Amino acid sequence: MLELYGTEFSSRMLLGTAGYASPDLLRQAVEASDAEIVTVSIRRESARAKTGQGFWGLIEEMGRRVLPNTAGCRTAREAITTAQMARELFGTNWIKLEVIANDDTLQPEVFGLVEAATELNADGFDVLPYTTEDLSVAERLAAAGCDVLMPWGSPIGSARGLANKTALQTLRAYFPDTPLIVDAGLGAPSHAAEVMEMGYDAVLLNTAIAKADNPVTMARGFACAVEGGRLAYEAGIVEPRDMATPSTPVVGTPFFKIDNAS
Amino acid sequence: MQILVNGERLTTDAGSLEELCKRLGFAGAKIATAVNGCFVAAAARARTQLAEADEIEIVAPRQGG
Repeated sequence: MLELYGTEFSSRMLLGTAGYASPDLLRQAVEASDAEIVTVSIRRESARAKTGQGFWGLIEEMGRRVLPNTAGCRTAREAITTAQMARELFGTNWIKLEVIANDDTLQPEVFGLVEAATELNADGFDVLPYTTEDLSVAERLAAAGCDVLMPWGSPIGSARGLANKTALQTLRAYFPDTPLIVDAGLGAPSHAAEVMEMGYDAVLLNTAIAKADNPVTMARGFACAVEGGRLAYEAGIVEPRDMATPSTPVVGTPFFKIDNAS
Repeated sequence: MQILVNGERLTTDAGSLEELCKRLGFAGAKIATAVNGCFVAAAARARTQLAEADEIEIVAPRQGG
């Protein structure tokens, strides 16, 4: 079971709700993914359109736990105020904390991230920080009270998979007991399986499913890959080696002659 | 007085944030608010007085990744 801030989940995939062609497609994709946690956001509400009110109805109907984000925030201050508004709006202490450095990479602004995480943890939030794979930043976030860490795989929406697998493995080894979730950059189910085989606790994705030609089938594909990768990790993957080892028993091979054995 | 609501200029004589939200049609709506970059809880809107050039944010749930 996946445990995040004292709550257990059987699914190890967290799913974003943005970018689907229709609300119905979103609902079907969430169902197909088996995700128990969906990410949401807050945006300015128009007095005329009142877009958010309809979306709230859909969220309630889906019955999943929501993880609000602070997407688009550029400073710790913006992120903190956004988190406070999200807490009241969604009625949860959970926050996917994002402080963004620039538009081209959407990479975490790690100094503001640590600053905001420190204040939000002190204010009673359960912070799930979207961070880089940098170990020293992860240490600062953990010291600030973050019990879950969410390093990026590669830039948000890039679908490139794991840009720095070695550093992600180091993070896993360094934090054996901290729930680690790869958030962002996964494009194919094989990327998700790779993350899970490394012993990561979960994946968080959005674009790979929302923008697939068939989001519902892709949601199922990712769910299978996440489960397969996790089972492989639990089962223990054999170590790679340079030379062949026969899988069929050598003893009793027909036509065997001692000269062939050299 | 002139204030900014979600980045747009608005002339209003609403005394409180609660009154402003009501006049904009948000009574009973699922919203959260901030004034000049600081969160204002729903329970505090009635006692939050507005002043010239205040910058108000009124937000609601939206899709997110």
